[in-house]
Amino acid sequence: MSGLSIRNVSMRFELPGGGHVQALKDVSLDLKTGELLSVLGPSGCGKTTLLNIVAGFLAPTEGRIELNGHPVTGPDAERGMVFQKGALFEWMSVRENVSFGPRMKGQRPADYRATVDHLLDVVGLQDFKEKAIYELSGGMQQRVALARCLANDPDVILMDEPLGALDALTREKMQSLVLKLWKETGKTIILITHSVEEALLLGERLLVMAPRPGRIHREYALPFADLGVGQDLREVKKHPEFATRREEILGMIWDMEEEIMGRAEGAA
Amino acid sequence: MTGLLILVFYVALFLGSLFILSAIRRARGRTRDFTSLKTVTFGDESAVRPDRAASVISVLVIFLIWGAFTGSKLVPIHVPGPFLGDSQFTYTLEAPDGRRDDATVYTRVFRVGTEVTPREVAPGDGFAKDDTVEVGAWRSKLILMDRNDEVTRKDGARVVAIDGQPISVGGQVRAGNGIVRLTDKGALDYAPAKGLQMEPIWMPAPEAVFGQLIKIAGEGYQNFTLWQHLGWSLLRVLAGFVAGSVVGIPLGYAMGLSGWFRGWFDPIVEFMRPVPPLALIPLVIIWFGIWETGKIVLLFLAALWIMTIAARAGVSGVNITKIHAAYSLGASRWQIMRHVIIPNSLPEIFTGARVAMGVCWGTVVAAELVAAQKGAGMMIIAASKFQLTDIVIMGIILIGIIGYGIDILMRIAERVLVPWKGKS
Repeated sequence: MSGLSIRNVSMRFELPGGGHVQALKDVSLDLKTGELLSVLGPSGCGKTTLLNIVAGFLAPTEGRIELNGHPVTGPDAERGMVFQKGALFEWMSVRENVSFGPRMKGQRPADYRATVDHLLDVVGLQDFKEKAIYELSGGMQQRVALARCLANDPDVILMDEPLGALDALTREKMQSLVLKLWKETGKTIILITHSVEEALLLGERLLVMAPRPGRIHREYALPFADLGVGQDLREVKKHPEFATRREEILGMIWDMEEEIMGRAEGAA
Repeated sequence: MTGLLILVFYVALFLGSLFILSAIRRARGRTRDFTSLKTVTFGDESAVRPDRAASVISVLVIFLIWGAFTGSKLVPIHVPGPFLGDSQFTYTLEAPDGRRDDATVYTRVFRVGTEVTPREVAPGDGFAKDDTVEVGAWRSKLILMDRNDEVTRKDGARVVAIDGQPISVGGQVRAGNGIVRLTDKGALDYAPAKGLQMEPIWMPAPEAVFGQLIKIAGEGYQNFTLWQHLGWSLLRVLAGFVAGSVVGIPLGYAMGLSGWFRGWFDPIVEFMRPVPPLALIPLVIIWFGIWETGKIVLLFLAALWIMTIAARAGVSGVNITKIHAAYSLGASRWQIMRHVIIPNSLPEIFTGARVAMGVCWGTVVAAELVAAQKGAGMMIIAASKFQLTDIVIMGIILIGIIGYGIDILMRIAERVLVPWKGKS
């Protein structure tokens, strides 16, 4: 069986002062190879926890994760991750960062040089290969992070708000880049975001999660990711269905946020 | 008194050069760079740039005051120096029968350390005879003026006036370019005017210090050349620092990576950290003796805790996303150690190394003050025992320059080896 399967995953943290937090409750999900899933939800809905479980950084208290038929028990190169920021190695050049995965596998420069050069061309960093990380802008750093993840050729790419720290213009360029890379590489991608627009644009499937306990609230199948591959993203946003979906989901998340606020005020 | 005057001069020069420089700059017109256009400068730290002219003048002022108060030949202006040369005063001796006679004391004030020839004078007439006396500048001299008189104190004669000014036992008058005091036993105590300059055994002139530097650089001091003294101090620092790092850095890493190590060594490190290395000198001497072993053990202990804490902080400071990223890129534990944790901790370790080198340099000098045959600290403590203040000051200046040099070298090494420091 090929693809990622999340089976009845629950996550419960015990608090030091007694009591517990139910971060995730009974989450089940199947992803076929090559699917692009975006995950959206108000803060505290457990989306980052879910991603960390899939990455293997956390073990769920109940349930299991399987990738291509074998269980996930810890982090592995088959599941690459792109973080919001701060995950690059400042002591390495751009090229050394991107070739990190292959080098750790013991590949020789001759083996990975072509791949690394190609990926750096694809993400538009051909002139910055030997630069230090701290000499790059935030958008360029995220391109390096993407290239570094791809250089390792993972089966699944997990993205934890990868574009969250970028300005609006850079963000739009990067969204096109993510779509382009998805189409070209055919990777399975899970992308977590705070932005409804981004979730709509970059999700073949869109998962809206609800908090307390963290669970899947609704799922959508969307056409925009496919449309965006060959088209300007601003054109996609003009699509009438795009506006409808955006308002619908925004309303949904607003309601959830207000419910949390109401509960917090009630408790206080 | 002199100290207060120096302070007044210093403040006056500080304010004076500030006003003069501001006036010059105003006359030359304002610069119009970005900072000068800021209207809010008080509280904006970035608008405060060190005035390099002030730095230069500051150093010049120190040398100016140093020179002015020590009679240096390198400085054109001086505060009044001690009286030097020939002078005289007369004393009036009263015999028991009430007769009085005047006699003159011819004084010659010379610089201590220079040759002096006694003055030759005729004894004069009357029952009190003239005397001659040689006094070193800044010193005083007891004059037994009646030694050559026909009627002496034993006979009941006593001095009743100096230069016509009446004087009694314990009193003093200004005379002969100085002060003459009548001691309890009736003798004269002559102190020529000291002026405001400092005596070389308190504060030698800059050229004397520089002269000692040249001399000791050529001949050495106390059986070792200057370079051996300084080199040995540096060697001890280096040995102690390297030993402290070799033990401290792995220990810090272990404390950053293992709960057992951290729990085990936390009480020891936290207890030893606030103990000043100087407080360990007595114990180290008892255990390891006063020679090289003792010193290196002391410096090892001075560097150890600093390096341990720096390495621990370096490991603890690694952003967890970097570790996660490395794991999901397929790195093993050892590879994460080698490629992520160690490089990530280098900036902290460099900061620790700078602090440790500074502390070690201070500690080695102190340890050499206690006991050593060679070393920068030994040089100044040995010189101080002979009141060779010029060597003491030369030593202090060299110690300061070397300490500053070490810090600059460490900063350069930091820039070259960990260029990403503070930039992530």
